[in-house]
Amino acid sequence: MFGEERTERIIGILSESFFPILMAGLQYTIPLTLITFTLGLILAFFTAAARISGFMPLVLLTRFYVWIFRGTPLLVQLFIIFYGLPSVGVTLSPFAAAVIVFTLNKGAYSSEIIRAAILSISKGQWEAAYSIGMTKSQALKRIVLPQAVRVSLPPLGNSFISLVKDTSLAATITVTELFQKGQQIAAVTYEPLWLYIEVAFFYLIFSTVLSYFQARLEIRYGRGIAK
Amino acid sequence: MITIDNLYKRFGALEVLKGVSLSIEKGKTAVIIGPSGSGKTTLLRCLNLLEMPDKGTISLGNKTLNVTAGTRLKQAEIVSFRKQTGMVFQSYNLFPHLTAVENVMEGQVIVLKRSKDDARKKALSLLEKVGLRDRADMYPFQLSGGQQQRVGIARAMAIDPEVLLFDEPTSALDPELVGEVLKVMKDLANEGRTMVVVTHEMKFANEAADQIIFMDGGVVVEQGTPNEVFNATRNPRTLQFLNKVSER
Ligand SMILES: Nc1ncnc2c1ncn2[C@@H]1O[C@H](COP(=O)(O)OP(=O)(O)OP(=O)(O)O)[C@@H](O)[C@H]1O
Ligand SMILES: [Mg+2]
Repeated sequence: MFGEERTERIIGILSESFFPILMAGLQYTIPLTLITFTLGLILAFFTAAARISGFMPLVLLTRFYVWIFRGTPLLVQLFIIFYGLPSVGVTLSPFAAAVIVFTLNKGAYSSEIIRAAILSISKGQWEAAYSIGMTKSQALKRIVLPQAVRVSLPPLGNSFISLVKDTSLAATITVTELFQKGQQIAAVTYEPLWLYIEVAFFYLIFSTVLSYFQARLEIRYGRGIAK
Repeated sequence: MITIDNLYKRFGALEVLKGVSLSIEKGKTAVIIGPSGSGKTTLLRCLNLLEMPDKGTISLGNKTLNVTAGTRLKQAEIVSFRKQTGMVFQSYNLFPHLTAVENVMEGQVIVLKRSKDDARKKALSLLEKVGLRDRADMYPFQLSGGQQQRVGIARAMAIDPEVLLFDEPTSALDPELVGEVLKVMKDLANEGRTMVVVTHEMKFANEAADQIIFMDGGVVVEQGTPNEVFNATRNPRTLQFLNKVSER
């Protein structure tokens, strides 16, 4: 397909870019994923709890929040926070802006997953919990949530894995994560095909590792379920 | 032990309880019978406030609840009233993520704040009592319906309730598993537990009950000893119901 010289050049570029791209992944992509997933989950949990609380002001507030963040593109949300907010005096570092936007976005989506999981637990479970004297919050925490977690693990895991890939959007607000790094190197070496394949390879590795942990967690929370 | 006076409950336009009054003595077993839709389940659920009555008075143990149109109970009040009862559900409703012994420990640890060790000891002795000591570490899905229901009974007893409530505890069971559950219930009745049982098992009612309560159309039509109701009643509605049941 290519001359020997071209092949050698490509191999050289790929091996030289290997560590810079990997480092970008370890420095930005992975932390961004882990931090926003953790914060997003916490936010999602409280949002879901607020929505099933039946307390109207909280219900309305959280519905509004979910409506906004599910109804607008992630890219636009990033631009508003990073490029838009400075005009009203709020300037954020690229990384901080990415964390905030991804967290809010993930929180909105995941809260719907968690809420659906909670609602999928039968009324009989609540009533059995009440019948042994539990309060609503005890029933939620001890009986309903552990079962809801199991129900929501597969969809949450999928959304976690898609988050790894979504973090590439942070490149558009100048976070030098994996994809941005690949872009930079491609721009100076004129080998976009091979560099982007290399970038794709790293995403594949990262998401494969995460899928593995997801499967482990699902087994752990599968307690009490017929296989 | 239990006194209900003029209890009303409606769901939307449907009035289900239309002034139910009855009383059950401590240590006695009362069996509620009656046609489908007569309000038996609703009455039982009012007793532990899973359903909030619209109007009327319920006395249970040392607590009296007087409900009128404007009554709004705090969660703490509901819980402290409810803790005097243990309920056994038609569909068992065991906690699927907990083993049998954990199911029986849960209320003790979380609600009564017993230590895990004490709770486990008590749970194991209750499982022993219902004949399931050797199944303590199994999950509900590993147990038969009859075994699950017996765990359900142990779970209900674990919080030391004054009264045990049973809503058709054997209706969801295969016929060959009904006996093992009824036997446990009979033993409890003989021990002098206070029990309120909704059931269609007339043989059990006849043998284990101290008191039969016949409900129809949201009221108590007749109550008395099994002999009075099953053999000596003159009430046409009771007779009609008993005829229908014996045809089955
Ligand atoms: N939560 C509810 N909302 C609306 N209607 C209800 C509700 N619970 C019960 N009902 C209605 O109230 C009536 C009495 O129901 P209940 O379950 O107390 O009867 P039951 O005597 O237990 O009947 P069965 O023998 O079939 O169990 C029925 O017509 C039922 O449809
Ligand atoms: Mg019923």
